Amino acid sequence: MSESRSRFESSLDDLGVTVSRTDEGALPATIDDAITQPAVGASLGLDGEPLAETAVDVDPTPAALREATTGVTAAGLAVADYGSLVLTMDDRGSELVGLFVAEHVVVLRESDLLPDMDATIDTLERRITDASESAILATGPSATADMGELVLGAHGPKDVHLVVVGEGE
Amino acid sequence: MGSADKLRELMRTEGAAIAANTQGFNDGRYRSVAKLDDYESRKREARAIKEDAIERLPELLDELTDTVEANGGTVYVADDDADANDYISDVVAERDAERVVKSKSMTSEEIEINAALEADGVDVVETDLGEWVLQVADEAPSHIVAPAIHKSREDIADLFNATFDPETPLETAAELTAFAREKLGELIVDADVGITGANFIAADTGTMALVTSEGNARKTVAATDTHVAVAGVEKIVPSVSDLAPFVELIGRSGTGQDITSYVSLLTPPVATPVVDFADDETPLSEFESDREFHLVLVDNGRLEMRDDEQLKETLYCIRCSACSNACANFQSVGGHGFGGETYSGGIATGWEAGIEGLDTAAEFNDLCTGCSRCVDACPVGIDIPWINTVVRDRRNREQTQPAEWLVDGLVPDEEDEGTPLQKRFFGNFETVARLASLTAPLSNWLAETSLSRWAMASALGVDPRRELPSFERETFVDWFASRESTVTDPDRHAVVYPDLYTNHVRTDRGKAAVKALEALDVDVVVPPVASSGRAPLSQGMVATATDHAERVVETLAPHVEAGRDVVVIEPSDHAMFQREYEKLLGDAEFASLAEHSYEIMEYVYGRLDNGADPAPLETVENEALAYHSHCQQRTLGLEAHTVAVLEELGYDVATSDVECCGMAGSFGYKSDYYEVSMDVGGRLRTQLRDSDVRDRQVVASGTSCCEQIDALLERRPRHPIRLLTE
Repeated sequence: MSESRSRFESSLDDLGVTVSRTDEGALPATIDDAITQPAVGASLGLDGEPLAETAVDVDPTPAALREATTGVTAAGLAVADYGSLVLTMDDRGSELVGLFVAEHVVVLRESDLLPDMDATIDTLERRITDASESAILATGPSATADMGELVLGAHGPKDVHLVVVGEGE
Repeated sequence: MGSADKLRELMRTEGAAIAANTQGFNDGRYRSVAKLDDYESRKREARAIKEDAIERLPELLDELTDTVEANGGTVYVADDDADANDYISDVVAERDAERVVKSKSMTSEEIEINAALEADGVDVVETDLGEWVLQVADEAPSHIVAPAIHKSREDIADLFNATFDPETPLETAAELTAFAREKLGELIVDADVGITGANFIAADTGTMALVTSEGNARKTVAATDTHVAVAGVEKIVPSVSDLAPFVELIGRSGTGQDITSYVSLLTPPVATPVVDFADDETPLSEFESDREFHLVLVDNGRLEMRDDEQLKETLYCIRCSACSNACANFQSVGGHGFGGETYSGGIATGWEAGIEGLDTAAEFNDLCTGCSRCVDACPVGIDIPWINTVVRDRRNREQTQPAEWLVDGLVPDEEDEGTPLQKRFFGNFETVARLASLTAPLSNWLAETSLSRWAMASALGVDPRRELPSFERETFVDWFASRESTVTDPDRHAVVYPDLYTNHVRTDRGKAAVKALEALDVDVVVPPVASSGRAPLSQGMVATATDHAERVVETLAPHVEAGRDVVVIEPSDHAMFQREYEKLLGDAEFASLAEHSYEIMEYVYGRLDNGADPAPLETVENEALAYHSHCQQRTLGLEAHTVAVLEELGYDVATSDVECCGMAGSFGYKSDYYEVSMDVGGRLRTQLRDSDVRDRQVVASGTSCCEQIDALLERRPRHPIRLLTE
């Protein structure tokens, strides 16, 4: 896994995605450090709901979402080769929280890091076949070159920060 | 407006932005695919998936329909654009929608859904920033991936400032983007229906992949309660697992990104809640996700293309734009010149011929010179030049213009009478060259008189600004017949193929080839052989080219059977033997010639690599040289052999990296295209005038390239083989 991890870090670095590492105990504090208020979030689906212990407005109203600067959501998987984060599209509104904001803070369990695209599509295929899931492979911030040169931050987030939750580090 | 006028105007107004952007994408593609370890095997995998999918399309269409309907969505297979528009209009009317937001979709451009909905009084908003710029400007896309590629930042700033009159005039790309994001953001949250395209759709699960970067497609789906996806029927792949190679190839091949910012894998209905963005009381999770999903699969000629053996490959196209960006002519004129009703670039000929008809394809099809640089760039290996050739051939045959006595008498070919005079002249250049050599130097003097240049310009469209080739009275074949071999104990036996130009015009390079091979202990023969058929093929005269191919094989096959290698000097003819003959000849005939033929410098490389003594060849001490390889030679992967031989002989070689010199056989001679040819050549001139290159002797492998460089520079280029013995 360590080889994947170093490839992942260098991919993220190339994309301009900043990273903090933490463990389950320190996760709420790490999230608080990463956000800019006003911040909203969609439940991370982790045990104990770590977002409840942060300054993040969890499960906001649509109006609060539109006022927010930061959105915090979970990534179900990540792809080391590309630095891609697999964002879930769930009934908690993760897709809205991670999209209609300027800064996206993404929480990933380190054990969900996969080495390459084949492994990722394989895993997604099982989930899609079993549960008709939908997902977004998000790689870096939103971007456009349509205005004459490359600009980061088009319709989606301009900044992406990843919080990696390790196991007992 | 004539072709030359229209193209000149396009190059003047849009050329600079087009050139900068397409070359940026193309350079990015080279960088990005180089990082993918299994690039070639990924391409083969992608190709195999598409071949299988199109083969089984009717069955997959049924499977997909069942899957989507079982998931709770609706599938509508539209026969044509009107049928698709009627269906979508009904969905929008049923929803009572006032505003439809759209993410970029070429298929929705093809059916012109915006006009149909606007006629019903619906507000249609393009949310892709490039598409929105064009919607504001009321212009058509000039590129299938980056639709506003022809507009510079300054153009867009002027447009926005004039249209919206913002408090502070907009200037930078960041300001323009922020302005558009803000403006479109408001329109998206109040929209009722979202229309997207789909890059791939998996039949087994109904999952569609949307490849985007801005996030507008995500918002288009997330912010509306009715999702309409519009896609050509050819977008179906068998299963979700088939998406992997495409996800890795599409961004790299197109804009040179390893992967785009967002690849949405949607299996509608998606679970994202449908919210009221003004609501300040209800939490997101308490909204229902009761989203309607309509998949509109458009036929519009595609199923007929599937039954057309020649156009069928077009359906493998994943619309990545590699063939546009890699195309030297596209880099100069963009999609407003090199494009039809909807699609642009090399593959557009196939799309427009299948969807709109031959007339539309014929309007821009001659901009494909067959240089073949798109062939390696295409992630699914479509033979795009061949599709262009076939469409040209069909177009020639359906024209009714009677053949003119002048060229008819001169060029007894295999073509129907409709083939235009200019195409027959260039297509039958072998006959022209034979007569010219017989009567040289008189023919050269006559051709250069102002009266004959006027006649050539008005009857044949030969541009008077081009210098004409000068024919040799003694052909290469005749020269060889009158000499004795210098090899007594040969290691190998070879035929040097006397291509049209080496035989009649550039005999020096033929003589140099014979001397070099004999110096390497190769026993050489130079029999009279028909010209390869490259000239007629480039004019879309497939029957005539096939006749040439058959005659070439008739002469060369006995030599090959007797153990001789076939050595070819002109790269475009070598490419005929290696690539196009597969389409013109039987499998065995093609395979045998392809296996035993070599480009001249490749052959020299092979001799040296197999231990031949290089001592008889001329060597130098670190002499600086500039080398421009040939487009078709590069496609065959044979540039490196020339460079390696020259380096072994002591040259310090600087190589050009433009995709094509711009001459491309007869293309640069035609009045319609002379200025495009010179604009393309301008990029090569810039490289050959680089500070480190400007004093170097220039060598080039192709006849056309040498003629073009001759027109571009003071330095006279030569074929590299001439350095080996002179």
